[in-house]
Amino acid sequence: MFQYDEKVLKDQLLELIRLAATDLPKDVVESIQAAQQNEDEDSAARSVFGMILKNIELARVESTPICQDTGTNIYLVHIPEGVGMRKLTALIHEATAEAVDKSYLRPNAVDSLTGKNSGNNIGEGQPFIHFEEWDNDYIEFKLMLKGGGCENVSTQYKLPDVGLGAGRDLDGVYKVIVDAVNQAQGLGCAPGILGIGVGGDRSTSHLTAKSQLFRKMTDTNPNSDLAKMESKLLADLNELGVGPMGFGGKTTILGVKMGTMHRLPASFFVSISYMCWAYRRHSMILNVKGEVTYD
Amino acid sequence: MINLQLPISEAAIRELKMGDEVLISGLMVTARDAAHKYIHENWPDWLKPVMEDSMIYHCGPVVKQHEDGSWSFVAAGPTTSIREEPYEAAVMEYYKVRAVIGKGGMGAKTLEGLAKSGGVYLHAIGGLAASLAKSVVKVHDVYMLDELGVPEAFWHIEVKDFPAVVTMDSHGGSLHKAIKAKSDEVAKKLISE
Repeated sequence: MFQYDEKVLKDQLLELIRLAATDLPKDVVESIQAAQQNEDEDSAARSVFGMILKNIELARVESTPICQDTGTNIYLVHIPEGVGMRKLTALIHEATAEAVDKSYLRPNAVDSLTGKNSGNNIGEGQPFIHFEEWDNDYIEFKLMLKGGGCENVSTQYKLPDVGLGAGRDLDGVYKVIVDAVNQAQGLGCAPGILGIGVGGDRSTSHLTAKSQLFRKMTDTNPNSDLAKMESKLLADLNELGVGPMGFGGKTTILGVKMGTMHRLPASFFVSISYMCWAYRRHSMILNVKGEVTYD
Repeated sequence: MINLQLPISEAAIRELKMGDEVLISGLMVTARDAAHKYIHENWPDWLKPVMEDSMIYHCGPVVKQHEDGSWSFVAAGPTTSIREEPYEAAVMEYYKVRAVIGKGGMGAKTLEGLAKSGGVYLHAIGGLAASLAKSVVKVHDVYMLDELGVPEAFWHIEVKDFPAVVTMDSHGGSLHKAIKAKSDEVAKKLISE
């Protein structure tokens, strides 16, 4: 039976939140550095990347949020058999409220009818926590903070799309993604990272898209067709010239990550989850001895 | 680099052109979604001295309250401006606001308003929250904190050397329009291939 000290785990979760909000992952920083080098000397794009990299460093050193919109807090938790989900949920809530007190998170949960802010970032569906059981003997908490600006430009298409001439195949998928990124311009804090969900129903399609964003920037899709499409999209989307913050430049998108789900014969959804450059995600593994490692 | 000291005159704002890089110093106020809705429904007089010849910052900050009750900004980058498109031109004209600072740019209605009432759109870098919070040297006051909550309240702040770029000016220039026109062409080509 997996056991843990509740008070200690709450503090370990708080550290996970602090890392997510203030410390951009290494693979993302390296991707931004490479993009900066690729932009022309004296271009607005290069100068924007310079400011972005300075901000990333400042946030890390001072332990303050990289972006004031600390987003929807999305947890993906893997648990061994027998570990209770309600207790872990309560501990995540406790750590969340404390993170607001410590200014790692903004109070970001607003009652949709009254407009009242809950004040502690906890509300209906906030934070969002998804549990899955697995065979390993340790718990893994993955956390992503996804802000409202990029969530607002995220979108869903259903194929066929007559206006775009997009049919029910990978070529049709390609066309709607190009359209989505062109419509987004700099509004989602470009350069963005795309999580794409192909298939599923309305909601699982979006969930597939978002789950892709837990992948590393440098990984390769195990499905060779999708791997090819990811590379093609990355190259072609950067031809759009939107550039960082929409100021123009060679970098519109930093990465494309695609996943699929079986669909009904009648439905063909393509969901595009746009993530801003402030691509905040970290994970924590808790072993049976109560020790944690962060990534 | 152009230094802008607030309050600022209409004439000085009309000299700015798309692409100018500026550093802003002085008193301005934050206002975002709920604040704009509130203004549009109430047009309060108390905002007049706060906004006249000053700037609105589209920002929902992370703030910290100190033991003596005073506040400081911890994280304060811009939020997406286009959501205020229905309101902004009217708000700027009514309160004689000389600029809005945000991200992503705004639409045709605001662009027309900038020409009419004398204003510019200033683009700050999205996600630059830690750096831009350093430019907020003092929180003078906060209005409607209880009603609107931390991100949506009117924060009356003093900034020093706050960096931004003019992306929409009072002469009809819009960088956002120009970039979109170019990317539309590329997208059309990619989609038709």
